Amino acid sequence: MSIGKKVLLYMALTVSGLVMVFPILYAFLISFMQGGEVLQGSLWPESFSLANYFSAFERVPLLTYLWNSLVVSVLIMVGQLVLCSLAAFAFVFIEFKGREWIFYLFISTMMIPWEATMVPNFQTVQSLGWLNSYAGLTIPFFAMAFGTFLLRQQFKTIPKELYEASQIAGISKLRFFTGVVLPVAKTTITTLAIYSFLTAWNMYLWPLLVTNNEANRTVQIGLKQMQTQEIASDWGVVMAGVVMVILPTLILLFAGQKRLQEGLTQGALK
Amino acid sequence: MRKVELKGLTKSYDGKQDVLKAIDVTIEPGEFFVLVGPSGCGKSTMLRMIAGLESITAGELALDGKRANALSPSDRDLSMVFQNYALYPHLTVEQNITFGLHVKKISKKEQKARCEEVCAMLGLTDYMKRKPKELSGGQRQRVALARAVVTQAPLCLMDEPLSNLDAKLRAKMRSEIRQLQRKLGITMIYVTHDQTEAMTMADRMMILSGGDVQQIGRPLDVYNNPANTFVASFIGSPPMNLIEAEISDSVLVADGHWMTPITADMKAKLQTDKVTLGVRPEHISLAKDSEPGFLVQVANVEVLGTETLVTFDFGEDTQWIAKWNGQSDIQPGAQIRIAVDDHHLALYSTETGERIYCQASEQAAEKKVSS
Ligand SMILES: Nc1ncnc2c1ncn2[C@@H]1O[C@H](COP(=O)(O)OP(=O)(O)OP(=O)(O)O)[C@@H](O)[C@H]1O
Ligand SMILES: [Mg+2]
Repeated sequence: MSIGKKVLLYMALTVSGLVMVFPILYAFLISFMQGGEVLQGSLWPESFSLANYFSAFERVPLLTYLWNSLVVSVLIMVGQLVLCSLAAFAFVFIEFKGREWIFYLFISTMMIPWEATMVPNFQTVQSLGWLNSYAGLTIPFFAMAFGTFLLRQQFKTIPKELYEASQIAGISKLRFFTGVVLPVAKTTITTLAIYSFLTAWNMYLWPLLVTNNEANRTVQIGLKQMQTQEIASDWGVVMAGVVMVILPTLILLFAGQKRLQEGLTQGALK
Repeated sequence: MRKVELKGLTKSYDGKQDVLKAIDVTIEPGEFFVLVGPSGCGKSTMLRMIAGLESITAGELALDGKRANALSPSDRDLSMVFQNYALYPHLTVEQNITFGLHVKKISKKEQKARCEEVCAMLGLTDYMKRKPKELSGGQRQRVALARAVVTQAPLCLMDEPLSNLDAKLRAKMRSEIRQLQRKLGITMIYVTHDQTEAMTMADRMMILSGGDVQQIGRPLDVYNNPANTFVASFIGSPPMNLIEAEISDSVLVADGHWMTPITADMKAKLQTDKVTLGVRPEHISLAKDSEPGFLVQVANVEVLGTETLVTFDFGEDTQWIAKWNGQSDIQPGAQIRIAVDDHHLALYSTETGERIYCQASEQAAEKKVSS
C-alpha cells in the first residue's frame, strides 16, 4: 500500500471512528455541564465539575444498582458458561441417539424472540416465588442456544483422537473436559464470557418486570428512573449516571478486545 | 506381552455393508504384527475395535484368552499411537507424556522418573518443556511414542504413525520403533498402507483388502508365495508382473507368442488352460546370446544407483517392469532381448486370482522334506 493510500485510509477510519464515538463522547461531556448548558446546545462544558456525579449518587441508590448489576451479570455469565460448555461437550463428545436432531431443535430456539417467551417465563418465576431475587433475575438466562452453538463449533475442531487417547488412558470425561477441552477452547470461552456479561449488564426489560424494589433493581432501570423522576430531566445528572454505567462495559471491552477478536475470527480461519 | 485373538471379528457401520468380514487371527505375545492394505480396506477399523474405540458387530475379541468384547478401552491395558499423534496442544511435552498416569495410581515421583527415562530413551530430554507446536514432525512423533511407552502397557497399537514424516525420517523411525518394541518386549499391532514398512518391520503381517484377509504370514513367505494376484501386486516394489497366459501342451503362451516351458508337476495342478502368470521384476534379465529370449521395446528406464528399473511393453496394454542390479545404460525406445527365470514362475487362477502354483513354495516344501 502506498503512503498516500494509507493516509486516506486512516483518515476515513478516523472520521468514521469519530462519528461512531460521538454520542458517547457527547454524553461524557454533558455529564460535566451545568443546568441549561445542554439546552443551549453547547458542545463543551464551561467547567469540568463533578457535581452531576454527586447528585446522581444522591438521587438514586446507584451503588446498590451497580452492585446488583454486577452480581446478576456475573451469575448469568458463570451460569451460561457452565451450562453451555457442558451441553456443547455432550453434543460433540458423547454419542447418543438423535444427537444431531436434538441439537438442531436446540438451536432453533434461537429463532424465537426472547420477548415472546417473556410472559410464560414471568409466570414461572412468579409461581416459584423468585420475584425480587437474584434467582429470578438470572436463572431464566442460564440456558443459551447461541453459546452452546458457538462452543459446539469450537469443540468440534478438537481432534476426536484427543478424546480417544484419553479414553485409552482411562481419563474420566470430566477430567478430559476440564483438563483438555476447556483449556484448548480458552479463547472462545473468553469471548462468550464477555458477550454474556455485556448482554446481561445491558438487560432492561426483564429486571423491570421481576423486580419492584430498590434493593434488587439493576442499573439500567436506575438510569430510566433518573430520567423520569423529574418532569424536566436534568440531562447532566442522567449522563453522569450513563457514564458510570457504561464504564464497566468499556473497561471489559478494552481489556478483552484482543481475546474477543481472536474468538470471533477463529472459527472463520479454520 | 499380550496375546490377541480375533475370532470371526466383523464390523458394519450402517448395518448393511460389512467393513470387516469375519477376521480370524491370533497375534502371539511379543509379536510385531503388521496390518497392511490399501486405503479404506478397514485397517483402522480393526485396530480401533481392538482398542475398544469401535463396537464389535459380530465375532469375538480375546485378550490373553479372556473375552474382551465389552471391556472399556481403559480396561484393556493397552496404549495407542494415532496417525495425527493426538498430542494435547496446551500441555508441554512432559505433561503430555504423564497426562493420565495418575489414573493408574502412579505417584508423582514415579511419574517423573518414568517420564525422564522414556525421554532419555527417545532423545526428548531437551524438549520436555516445549509445547507440541514448537516441535518438528519427527519430534512430535517421538512424543506420541513416549506417551505410549510410558504407560508400560503390554500391548501397543499404532495407526500409520509414520505417514506424516518424510522418507528419510520414516526409515529412521521404522528402525527405532522396531528396536524399541524388541527392547520392551511388548506385543505390537501396527497399521500401515506402505508395503515397505510392512516388509521391513513385521514378524508377521496381514494383508487386508475390502475387509477380507488376503494373506497372513511372515514377510518373506508372503513375498515369495503371494496367495493371490492382489497380494502379488501389493507386496513388493515394484510389484509382481502379471499377464494372462494360455497353456498349450507343455508350454505357457502369453501375449500370443512369448512362451516358456512348464514342468509336469506344474501341469498336474492346472485344471484350466487359461491362467495368470506372475513374475517378480528381479527374475527378468537380459538374455545372453546363447539363451532363448524375447524381444521387447523399452518404455522407460529408472536408474536408482544400485539398481535399474526397466519398464517395457509386454502385450498390447500391459507393461512389465524388470529390476536389474547395477546401473544400466539402456535407452527408452531400445529393443532388448529379455529372459525370464523359469524357476520363479507363479500361476494364478484368472477368475478368482487365487494361487494355483508357485515354484518358490514348491521348492521350499521340497527343501523341508529333504532336510
Ligand atoms: N465412522 C464411520 N462410519 C461409517 N463408515 C466408516 C466409518 N469409519 C470408517 N468407515 C468406512 O469403513 C471403511 C474402512 O475404513 P478404515 O478407516 O478402517 O480404512 P483404513 O484401512 O484405515 O484406510 P486408510 O488407510 O485410508 O486409513 C471405509 O470404507 C470407510 O468409509
Ligand atoms: Mg486408517
